[in-house]
Amino acid sequence: MTENKAVDTSIKKKSMAVGPWRLAWDRFRKNKVAVSGAAIFIIILLFVTFGPLFSPFEMSQFDLAEKNLAPSAKHLLGTDEQGRDVLLRLMLGGRISLRVGVMAAGVTIILGSIVGGIAGYYGGWVDNLLMRFAEIVYSIPFTPTVISISAALMFRVSSENKMYLVMFLIGILSWPSLARIIRGQILSLREQEFMQATEALGLSDFSRIARHLLPNTLAYIIVSATLGMASAILTEAGLSFLGLGVTPPTPTWGNMVERARNQRVFTRYQWMWMPPGIMIMLTVVSINLLGEGLRDAFDPKESR
Amino acid sequence: MEKNMKNEIILEVDKIKKYFEVKKSFLDSGKSFVKAVDDVSFKLHKGETLGLVGESGCGKSTLGRTIVRLYQPTDGSIIYKGEDIAKFKGQKLKNLRKDMQIIFQDPYSSLNPRMNVSTIVGEAMLAHGIVKKGKEFQEKVVEVIERCGLSDYHIYRYPHQFSGGQRQRIGIARALALNPDFIVADEPVSALDVSIQSQILNLMMDLQEEMGLSYLFISHDLSVVKHISDRIGVMYLGSIVELANKKELYDDPLHPYTRALLSAIPVADPTKKKEMHAIIGEIPSNVNTPPGCKFHTRCVYAKDICKEVVPEYREVKPDHFVTCHFAGEI
Repeated sequence: MTENKAVDTSIKKKSMAVGPWRLAWDRFRKNKVAVSGAAIFIIILLFVTFGPLFSPFEMSQFDLAEKNLAPSAKHLLGTDEQGRDVLLRLMLGGRISLRVGVMAAGVTIILGSIVGGIAGYYGGWVDNLLMRFAEIVYSIPFTPTVISISAALMFRVSSENKMYLVMFLIGILSWPSLARIIRGQILSLREQEFMQATEALGLSDFSRIARHLLPNTLAYIIVSATLGMASAILTEAGLSFLGLGVTPPTPTWGNMVERARNQRVFTRYQWMWMPPGIMIMLTVVSINLLGEGLRDAFDPKESR
Repeated sequence: MEKNMKNEIILEVDKIKKYFEVKKSFLDSGKSFVKAVDDVSFKLHKGETLGLVGESGCGKSTLGRTIVRLYQPTDGSIIYKGEDIAKFKGQKLKNLRKDMQIIFQDPYSSLNPRMNVSTIVGEAMLAHGIVKKGKEFQEKVVEVIERCGLSDYHIYRYPHQFSGGQRQRIGIARALALNPDFIVADEPVSALDVSIQSQILNLMMDLQEEMGLSYLFISHDLSVVKHISDRIGVMYLGSIVELANKKELYDDPLHPYTRALLSAIPVADPTKKKEMHAIIGEIPSNVNTPPGCKFHTRCVYAKDICKEVVPEYREVKPDHFVTCHFAGEI
C-alpha cells in the first residue's frame, strides 16, 4: 500500500497536531486572572531570589545605632529593633517561606501519589491497608499536633533545621487527602477501555503505570501541588508567628510578622511587620489564582 | 464473500465459565457469584466471523474478554491453535497477546487522551520488539493506519482531534498493528452513527479478507450481526442458547428465545403481518439463576422438566446447536 516512504518530517508539519498540553496552555492563556496570578508569583520569585544580590547589607549585620529607623533612602523599608535592614530580611525570609512551601508540597505530592497510586492500581487488601492508614493520619488533628511536636523539639533542633522540621511536619500530615484523590483517579482510569487495551496489548506494568496512568493524573497533581504550596506557606507563617516554626535569627515572613505582637512595634513601627504580612497575602493569593487557573485549563468540565 | 479456509479450527472454547464473586456485608461469610459466563462451548474456524448476540448483561462482553484473557476464566479450556491458553502466564501470555486482539466499544474511553495516534498504534509494536524506533517505525504505523482508512498526516494528532468513526479506526489500527490472527470485536459499532456503522463494518470485512482474520463479533444489534457474521450464537444469562449458520438461524430458529428476538426486528413493510413470539417477564438475576433451563421463567412453552433438568447444549441439526429440551418439537 505504501511505496517505501522515507521518514517524512513533512508529515509532522501538515499534521496540525494539537496535544493536550497545548490545549491546556491555550485555555490558561485566555484566563486573565490566572495569568496575572502567575505574573505576580513570578515577580515575587525574582524578588526573593535575586533581590538580596543587590542589597548593600548583610543578613546578620546589625547596627544598634540604626535601630527602629523609619523607611528612608538608605533603608528602603527601615530597620528593625536590632538595626537590621528590613528589605533584605524580607527577601531572605521570602526565600525560606517559599522553600518551606515548595518542599512541604513536594513531600505531600510524593507521599500522596505513591500511596494513592499503589492503592488504586493494585486494589484489594493493599488498597484497604493503605487507605485505612491514610484515614488514621487524616484524623490526626493538624494544628495541635504540629504545635506540640514543634514545642517538644523546640530546643533540640537548631534554628536552620527548624525549617526542615516544619516542612516535613506539614508534608507528612497533609498527604492523605491527595492520596485519596489520586486513588480515586486511578480507580476510574483503570476501568477505562484504554487501560484494558494496554493489558490486551501485553504492555508491562511499568509502562502501564508510567505512560498511561500517571500522565492522566498529572494535571491533578500539578494543581494540588500549587494549592498545597499556598496552604503550606500559610501554615508555616502561622507556626512561625506563634514562635513554633522557624525561629530568629533565621528570618521568615511568619516570624517577621510576629513582631506585631509587641504593642510598641504594632502601633509605631509598622514598616517592620506590614511588608511581610503583605508579601504572605500576595504570595498566597497569586498561587491560588494560578492553581485555580491551572485546574480550569486542565479540566474545562470542572470550571463553573 | 467466499471463505476458503473454513475448515481449519483456530479457536475452540470448551465449557468455559467466568464467575465474579459478589461481596456481601462483611458479617455475612457466605459467598455468592455472578455467573457472567456459564458453560459456554463453541468452535471458530479460520477466516470466519462468529456473531454473538444477546441483551445487555447476558455475558457477551465478559465471554469475549475472557477469551482474550483480560479475565482469568473460572473453569473450562480455551484451545487456541492447538494450545490451551486458559492458564497462560508471564512470557507465554505476552506472546499470545500478539496473536489475539480486541476492539472496544467506546471510541472515546478506548484511546488514551494524552497520546498521539503514532504512540497509541505503535506502542505495542515497540514493546514486543516488532520494530525499532525511527524511520521503520513511522513507516509501519503509517502503513497500518492507511490500511484502516486514515491518512499519513494523522499520526501526530491526538484522539480529541478525531470523530467517533475515525477514533474507532484508530482502535482497529491499534489491534491490527501486532498482526493478530484472531480479533474479538466487542460491540465495535454500537456507539457510532448508523451511517458510520456500515463504513466500519465494511472496513472490518475488507481487513478480514486481506489478512485472513477470524472475528468473534459481539453485538446487541441483530441487523449488524447479520451483515457481518457467518455463524451466529445467541446468548441468554451467560449461556449460548442457540448457535447456527446465519441463514439457518434466521430461517429456522429453534429456541423460543431466538424466535422472540428475531420477531422483535421491525420490518419495513407495513402491509406485512408478522408472527409475534412473546416472552414474559423480566430477565432473572444472574446471581440466583433459575434452576433447570435458565429460560423457563420466561418461556411460554415451559413444562415441568424445564424447571428441574438443565437442558443439554446439543447439535439438533448438523451445525445447529440448541439448548432446549423441546428443540425441533415446538
